[in-house]
Amino acid sequence: MEYSEKVMDHFLNPRNVGEIPDPDGSGEFGNPVCGDMTHVYIKVEDGRITDIKFKTFGCGAAIATGSMITELAVGKTLDEALAITRDDVADALDGLPPVKLHCSNLAADALYAAIRDYQAKNKDS
Amino acid sequence: MKRIYLDHAATTAVDREVMQAMVPYFTERFGNASSLHTFGQDANRALASAREGVADALGADVEEIVFTSGGTESDNLALRGSLPGHKGHIITSSIEHPAILKTCRHLERLGCDVTYLPVDADGLVDPGDVESAITSETRLISVMHANNEIGTIQPVSEIGAIASDHGIPFHTDAVQSFGKTEIDVRKMNIDMLSLSSHKIYGPKGVGALYIRKGLKIEPLVYGGGHEMGIRAGTENVSGIVGFAKAVSLACERFESDTAHLVKLRDMLIDGVFGSIDDVFLNGHPTKRLPNNANMRFMFVEGEAMLMHLDIKGIAVSTGSACSSASLDPSHVLLALGISPEDVHGSIRFTHGRENTEEEIKYVLDMLPAIIEKLRAISPLTGK
Repeated sequence: MEYSEKVMDHFLNPRNVGEIPDPDGSGEFGNPVCGDMTHVYIKVEDGRITDIKFKTFGCGAAIATGSMITELAVGKTLDEALAITRDDVADALDGLPPVKLHCSNLAADALYAAIRDYQAKNKDS
Repeated sequence: MKRIYLDHAATTAVDREVMQAMVPYFTERFGNASSLHTFGQDANRALASAREGVADALGADVEEIVFTSGGTESDNLALRGSLPGHKGHIITSSIEHPAILKTCRHLERLGCDVTYLPVDADGLVDPGDVESAITSETRLISVMHANNEIGTIQPVSEIGAIASDHGIPFHTDAVQSFGKTEIDVRKMNIDMLSLSSHKIYGPKGVGALYIRKGLKIEPLVYGGGHEMGIRAGTENVSGIVGFAKAVSLACERFESDTAHLVKLRDMLIDGVFGSIDDVFLNGHPTKRLPNNANMRFMFVEGEAMLMHLDIKGIAVSTGSACSSASLDPSHVLLALGISPEDVHGSIRFTHGRENTEEEIKYVLDMLPAIIEKLRAISPLTGK
C-alpha cells in the first residue's frame, strides 16, 4: 500500500490517542466486521472543542485519519468542526490511496457522531 | 536495514544453482525444442531431461507431465480441460485457491454444477463429505493438498481412494505442498496435480500439470502441438530447466529443509504464544505445512500489523480485507468459522530455506511491542 509520508507519520505516531474519562460527547463510526472502526471523545467549552481523543481498530489509513481529525477539530467551534469533510481529512494527510478513500476514511463521521451526542445531551441549555 | 522475508507462500527468491542452470538457455542454448537441427535438439534434450526430473519427483511417468505457465494455468487446465462440454458436476472445497474457485464459478456460469465442501475449524475436508457429494454426474473432484493461507494439509490419499473407487478423476493443487510434504501420485491415487516453480525457489511463469495416462484433457491453448498436444506454444526452455533444477534441489534437500522449517515454525508459534496474550493459531495444529504459522491477534487489524512489521524489515501477509485488492476478508479464514473482525487480525508468516533462528528471534523481539501499541489504540481492546 502506497501511503504518503504524512499518513505514515500519523499511523506510526498517532496524536491524541485514548479516551476522555468524562467526555461531553462521544461517538463511533464503522464496524469491526468490515475491518475499520473509530471512536471519538470530545470536551466542549463555550461551543468550542477544547479536548479531543480517538481510538481506532483498523488499517494504517484508518488510524491516520483518526489522528488527523483530532488535530483538525481541536479549538474549532462545533459548526466549524461539523464542516470538516472526509475530503478535508484526506487532503490534510496529503491524500489517501483511492481504495482507502471510502472504507477507511471514517474519522469525520465519528467526529460528527460525537458532536451530535454532545448536542443531544445539551438540547435544553 | 536488515530485511527478513517471511512470505514464501507468496513467492520465493530463485536459488543461485537454479539461476546458473538457466543462464545458458537464454543465450548459446537458445534453440526451439521443436526444431530438427542441432540447436533445436539440444533444447529438446534439456526439455526431456527436465520432464524426467519432474516426473520422478512425483512418482509419475515422463509422458504424464505437461509444462505450463504456472499453478493458475495448471488448475485451469485440470478443471476446464476435464469439462470441455460444460456439462457435469465438480466437487471441490470452500477453501481452494482462487485459481480453482474462480474457475469453478466460471464453469457454473457455463452450465456445470459445483459442490463446495465445507471444512472444519482446523480447515480439514472430511473425506466422508466428498463421498456423500458424489452423484452420477460427477466428472471431477478437486481438493488442494495444502492450503496457501493456513497451511492445513488435506487427507488427499483418502480422497484419492474414494475418487478411485467411484471411477472419478481426482485433481489436487500441490503448489504449496511440493517440497514440504511427501507426494507420490500413484500411492495417493492422484489423477492430476498442479505445481508451480516460483514457490520452490524456481523462476516465475512456469509450472506443470501431471495428468495420469489415459485421462482425456481438452487443451485451453491450441497451436503447434507442443506438450503432447495439450498445451501449445514454444516451450519456455530456460524457465522449465530452472523449474526442474528447483524440483531436484527440493528433493535433494527434503529432509534437511523440512526439519529446518518445522524448527523455525514451532519456535515462532511457541514464542508468540509465550509473549503475547489473546492470540490464536489458524489452521490445524499438526497437519500443517512446516513453513506456515498463521495466527490471529485479537483487537488489532492485519494491515496495520503488517505495516509496522514492514518498517522493522519483516515481510508477512494478512487475511485482512484492507490489504486485499478485493477488500474482502479471507474466504479461507471465514470458512473456518472465524468471525470477520478476527479474520482482519490474522497474520501469515511463511518462512523458507534461507531464514535463520536469529531472524525468528528478531521477529519475536519486535512483535509484542507492535501488538501492544496497536491494542492501545484499539477501541476493541478489553471490551
